[in-house]
Amino acid sequence: MSEAAQRRTPLYNEHVRLGAKIVPFAGWLMPVQYTGIVDEHQAVRSKVGIFDISHMGQLIVEGSGAREWLNTMLTNNIDKLDVGTGQYTFLLNERSGIIDDLIVYRIDEQKFLLVVNAARTDEDFAWLQEHLKEGRSPDRPGGWKAAAPCKLENRSAEFGGVAIQGPRIAELFHTLFGDDVDLPPRNHIVDLPFDGTNVSVARTGYTGEDGVEVFFRTADAVIFWNAALGKGKPFGIKPCGLGARDTLRLEMCYPLNGSDLAPERNPIEAGLGFFVDLSKPNFIGRHVLLQTKENGPREKLVPFRMKEKGPPPRPHYAVFQNGERIGEVTSGTLSPSLNWGVGMAYVSTSHAKIGAQIDIEIRGQKFPATIEKKPLYKKS
Amino acid sequence: MNVPDDLLYTESHEWIKREGDNVRVGITDHAQSELTDVVYVELPKMDGQANAKEAIAVVESVKAASDIYAPVKGTVVEVNKALEADPGLINREPYGQGWIFILKIENADELKNLKNAAAYKKQIG
Repeated sequence: MSEAAQRRTPLYNEHVRLGAKIVPFAGWLMPVQYTGIVDEHQAVRSKVGIFDISHMGQLIVEGSGAREWLNTMLTNNIDKLDVGTGQYTFLLNERSGIIDDLIVYRIDEQKFLLVVNAARTDEDFAWLQEHLKEGRSPDRPGGWKAAAPCKLENRSAEFGGVAIQGPRIAELFHTLFGDDVDLPPRNHIVDLPFDGTNVSVARTGYTGEDGVEVFFRTADAVIFWNAALGKGKPFGIKPCGLGARDTLRLEMCYPLNGSDLAPERNPIEAGLGFFVDLSKPNFIGRHVLLQTKENGPREKLVPFRMKEKGPPPRPHYAVFQNGERIGEVTSGTLSPSLNWGVGMAYVSTSHAKIGAQIDIEIRGQKFPATIEKKPLYKKS
Repeated sequence: MNVPDDLLYTESHEWIKREGDNVRVGITDHAQSELTDVVYVELPKMDGQANAKEAIAVVESVKAASDIYAPVKGTVVEVNKALEADPGLINREPYGQGWIFILKIENADELKNLKNAAAYKKQIG
């Protein structure tokens, strides 16, 4: 894709002004770093950092059938959601492969907000739209006679967003929204007045630190970004790019769609069965998932840590055990918190034991590593 | 970006300093800034022979691994062992303590194929 075809978030000019290194990502021109990945990573672990997440997609599903229909499209159980709360969930194809991982919020009794990956927004929307028209999923024998009684809208272009993450988030939150305003509890979302407008604040994140994601109208993006940076100064806030976002999430073993998740991988293989409710009578992909659960997955996504200081593991490096090829790395980096090579790999299930010794092949040479428990990094 | 006038350069962002029959090689200030935090350096093999534009070392940042090329044909006679303990030298002193290897060259004429500072500056804009 040419640069001209890449989209810019409402904060693009701010990134340029701050001297960010800009890279194309999922059809968007995004900051990969400002001062440096390690520096920004440490700011989030020790103080607070702010990320532009305006590229992420926002889909709204609303109507009398919204809850029931979405429960046939997503893996987690939406009935568990009270108004103002959200859950991590998957959108699967019929083969139980992962189209997208997302957070669905119940923002009203019959209204749901889906926050989806930038690279998958259009695909998710098209997939949902197609199934909405059908009014049924393949797993739902009866279904509605016509389209499901709800509407689906892609509101991505109307909203921008930031993630503010780090141990000093509570202080910054109160400075931004007022001392008498409560930080929403984990996985809750609230609408809050801000500088003459309204923003949505969700207590969630992708870094392993306490934090929020804030969504606002595109026109309010620059005002909010600069307010957070300005008021965050006493707390040591730093603007952070996609580079630090990736190292932070990998230390926590949060999967990245397109790397650790793919249409050929299902949530059980990815070790994320917790976010699949197989007791639900029907949702797309359920049949195949039941089989996977019964027979056990052929491969599993496992975190690993290099045994020696050396070259960091990278995606697509081969994984061996006792000379036999058992899998492939999907994410890998030098963990800035541990100053050590870590990653995640799909390996055949019989080899996927915590503590097992494996080798990562790097430029023709094998380097020893150990399969670890999640997460790779724990706060001391 | 710092582009010293007394060095030669490659399109692939190595700098070259002539030292008699040898050349000292590192990566430019521009390259280290693009790569960002260097976290690992795979040094060339001592006494290894390389042709011009042959990959002989690897510099890894948090994000990616990048090949480093021999600027001219030669034999590796020295490698910067200090980079094994402190790869960040490449970021802090790209033209100084962050040098990567020294090649004994066969044909000094090959150096004419390299860029001078002005040409390299033009390349990186």
